[in-house]
Amino acid sequence: MTAILNLFGDLGFFIRRNLISLGLATRMFAAVIWRSGFLLKRPRLVVDQILFVGNHSFVIIAVSGLFVGFVLGLQGYYTLNRYGSEQALGLLVALSLTRELGPVITALLFAGRAGTSLTAEIGLMKAGEQLSAMEMMAVDPLGRVIAPRLWAGIISMPILATIFTAVGVMGGYFVGVPLIGVDSGAFWSQMQGGVDLFSDIGNGLIKSLVFGVAVTFIALYQGYEAKPTPEGVSQATTRTVVISSLSVLALDFLLTAMMFSN
Amino acid sequence: MNSPQPSSLDVKKSLGEVVVSIKDVNFSYAPGERQILSGLNMEFRRGQVVAVMGGSGCGKTTILRLIGGQFTAQSGQVLFEGQDIGKMSSKELMAARRRMGMLFQFGALFTDLSVFENVAFPLREHTDLSEELLRSLVLMKLNAVGLRGARDLMPSQISGGMARRVALARAIALDPPLIMYDEPFAGLDPISLGITARLIRDLNNALGATSLLVTHDVEETFEIADYVYFIANGSIGAQGTPEELSRSTDPFVRQFLDAAPDGPVPFHYPGQSLEEDFGVRA
Repeated sequence: MTAILNLFGDLGFFIRRNLISLGLATRMFAAVIWRSGFLLKRPRLVVDQILFVGNHSFVIIAVSGLFVGFVLGLQGYYTLNRYGSEQALGLLVALSLTRELGPVITALLFAGRAGTSLTAEIGLMKAGEQLSAMEMMAVDPLGRVIAPRLWAGIISMPILATIFTAVGVMGGYFVGVPLIGVDSGAFWSQMQGGVDLFSDIGNGLIKSLVFGVAVTFIALYQGYEAKPTPEGVSQATTRTVVISSLSVLALDFLLTAMMFSN
Repeated sequence: MNSPQPSSLDVKKSLGEVVVSIKDVNFSYAPGERQILSGLNMEFRRGQVVAVMGGSGCGKTTILRLIGGQFTAQSGQVLFEGQDIGKMSSKELMAARRRMGMLFQFGALFTDLSVFENVAFPLREHTDLSEELLRSLVLMKLNAVGLRGARDLMPSQISGGMARRVALARAIALDPPLIMYDEPFAGLDPISLGITARLIRDLNNALGATSLLVTHDVEETFEIADYVYFIANGSIGAQGTPEELSRSTDPFVRQFLDAAPDGPVPFHYPGQSLEEDFGVRA
């Protein structure tokens, strides 16, 4: 009997803790958006962060995109060749990348590369009392520190996803056309004919925008709410990767269902 | 330094109006948790260097956080220039904080900014000064703490004592009437300690400000402070000028000043008796 009561107690505690966390996160998100107005007067703050979270993620995104393109080219060819449709390789590579792999893998890589560094940076700022010092200087850390990073993530993600997709298409082309011997004209013309600017590329960009908001905010929230100790920061960094990866996959399912269903 | 051996009354009479006043403040971090401050009353007057001393965890830093509006008292009032910090709107609190400077225990310098930019930070955030004027002001502040030559260094390239001095320059960047110091002497070598203590006194005199010093370091503090509060069990255990406290026979003050391991503040954390723990009969 006690075990059952304890189970319910633990379940209640778990639900309450997560609801509180969700409420705090929502409130912080609203506060950050509310305080973002001053960034129009000081865009340099966002530009600096785009360099930090966006530019510094470029190499990992581009290299990953290239290899994903290689693999898509190979796997796509093996499958299409069974049905004599290898001419559609360009279309398969482009649709896979624009609709799914580009936004999703970019977001997962972004969570690992930029998300963790954002969490660690904010967590260490908190541990080193830099955020408290800022408050005592009458500077709101949500506006001065969190908001520029959030907008930098939101702006960077679609650009990085576009780069990932473009490099991936080139990877697929490299494997499919020069190495395997698929016709170059067919590769590009099938792609041009089958990829829709709005429903494929546009929806892919919307996805990456949503992932940008989710991943960047999760990383910032985890850093801001981290316990100001070395263990606290390391746990927050781990939580960033786990929560943002799961959120990206769950959001991808929801968005795909909304965007591509009949 | 003041005239030799002034009494508490002399000190209070000779100084300006009350800048910060703490009235019957009770504080705990959460309802039902240990009471950190209970019925605390304090006054900090213009021109004074006031030290708040006491054992670790007695609530000294909490007092600074209450004055800065980072914590709110459960009951009582914390008045800054006559206004209740706990009842201020967010905008009023920000305006009040612009009139305060705070030196954190380890400096809390922004690690991604150079020494120059750290000191320039509050000026850039709160003023529209030209770059030329801002540079002159920052160099003047850095000159006051003896670090004009270190302006291009990053926080990772300077020692703990230097970081504390840079943070001090940053804290006085806006010439605040109230400067708060959280453990400014912790972990400093004797030279840095002496320099920091002298800077606190000299800057207070030069700015005509009020300095509130939370510290453990008796010797340096008694040299520069006008008035000292000892915190014990969440309220004032003893208070007076350094000279009065040096002559005090109060057991708590004596234990603190003589660095005695046992006394009113016990050496052993409360628990089972030695006999019970080791299974030995007395």
